[in-house]
Amino acid sequence: MTDLGGAAKTAMHLLASADPAMVRIVLLSLRVSFSALLIAALVGLPLGALLAVARFPGRGAILTVLNALMGLPPVVAGLLIYLLLSRSGPLGQFGLLFTPSAMIVAQAVLIAPILAALSWQVLDGLWEEYAEQLQSFGAGPARAVPTLLWDGRFALLTVLLAGFGRAAAEVGAVIIVGGNIDGYTRVMTTAIALATSEGDLPLALGLGMVLMAIVLVVNGLAQALRHVAARAGA
Amino acid sequence: MRAPDTILPLRAERLGFSAGGIAILSDVSITIDAGAPTLILGPNGAGKSVLLRLLHGLLLPSAGRVVWAAQGHAARRQAMVFQRPVLLRRSVLANALYPLKLAGVAASERQDRARAALDMVGLAALADRPARRLSGGERQRLALARAAALAPEVLFLDEPSASLDPAATGAVEEIVRRLAARGTKIVMTTHDLGQARRLAGEVVFVHRGRVLERTPADAFVTHPATPEAAAFLRGELVW
Repeated sequence: MTDLGGAAKTAMHLLASADPAMVRIVLLSLRVSFSALLIAALVGLPLGALLAVARFPGRGAILTVLNALMGLPPVVAGLLIYLLLSRSGPLGQFGLLFTPSAMIVAQAVLIAPILAALSWQVLDGLWEEYAEQLQSFGAGPARAVPTLLWDGRFALLTVLLAGFGRAAAEVGAVIIVGGNIDGYTRVMTTAIALATSEGDLPLALGLGMVLMAIVLVVNGLAQALRHVAARAGA
Repeated sequence: MRAPDTILPLRAERLGFSAGGIAILSDVSITIDAGAPTLILGPNGAGKSVLLRLLHGLLLPSAGRVVWAAQGHAARRQAMVFQRPVLLRRSVLANALYPLKLAGVAASERQDRARAALDMVGLAALADRPARRLSGGERQRLALARAAALAPEVLFLDEPSASLDPAATGAVEEIVRRLAARGTKIVMTTHDLGQARRLAGEVVFVHRGRVLERTPADAFVTHPATPEAAAFLRGELVW
């Protein structure tokens, strides 16, 4: 139990002193995961809405693949991006491997299917309600997709949270394509993994508590927003 | 192509509709002309709602066809209000604006038309409320305002007051009368004979998926041509 007590003290000390190295790691984590979330949302949410609204050949296959990709192991996602971005890979010329950009791409690839599949589930129910009315208004899929995304905005917040949680918590993808370079591509999860393997348990646990706190705060904000929305009757 | 003055008459030619091998409507041929409201009357399950959806184009017929006088212009000049209105998760005003935007009405004109329609149904004061917070009667009035803002030539109403209390029903009927007086052709289903008598110019009587009569409302009530209609008038269960 001394480890736990020491870890808590170390975490408090790191937080209170705003240790520059730790702040850098936390900020990079947030930048990478929020950027990945943004990119994945721009692709995943409209795709989920389109799958709810439109019926086209191959739709069932896409849904099956998306559901399967929800369970894509982060290390496999990382490996795929590694192969694409490595110097001899098809995208090697951009020199992105072992940069924060590569980590953003890897996390975006990891969570885009999750956002698409979950938003499809949310919006499919909404579409069942809206379909006849929107058809009567003469709205085709091109108009129905933005309508569903807007009217489902509070439910989609939960979907975004799930995506952010997955991105912020994963270690396999960012460690492969980022390389856990100190001061450059080291994020909270990779720092925790390294500290643990080096036996620096207090630092690992301290960072873990910071990570938990961030996830808690983000969830709390989203829940507060949903609560406000529910009271407004949206 | 110059827009024609009217999309009416609307003709249903030998319409049939079946779902899952069960015939819901068969051999329905009617003409709907401009003028006083047409009330599609019949017991629950007669096929009234399906007939309305076929006429509006929400369902495709299994047999026969729906022909408008100005086929190419018909879609934009008709609207429908459903028994349980689907309101968008937005403000009352935003709900009224939405179909106007879809219809390509200029942004400067949308506000005026939406607010005028809300005013007409008595919801102007609630314009900024979330639509989902409205009562049942207010919801249906908003659905009517939303359709009225489009200024359709033909307005389909599917049992708009079936789940409302008498006061809310009266409000809905008053709005329907006002729209009809403005020249909107009303085509409305109901299972309520009293409502048909209050609103109808003519009655189309539907029973077991067939149209049995199409007569002026007065004549339907005093001289029903078929035994089924007579039984319905007497309040006997005819399904």
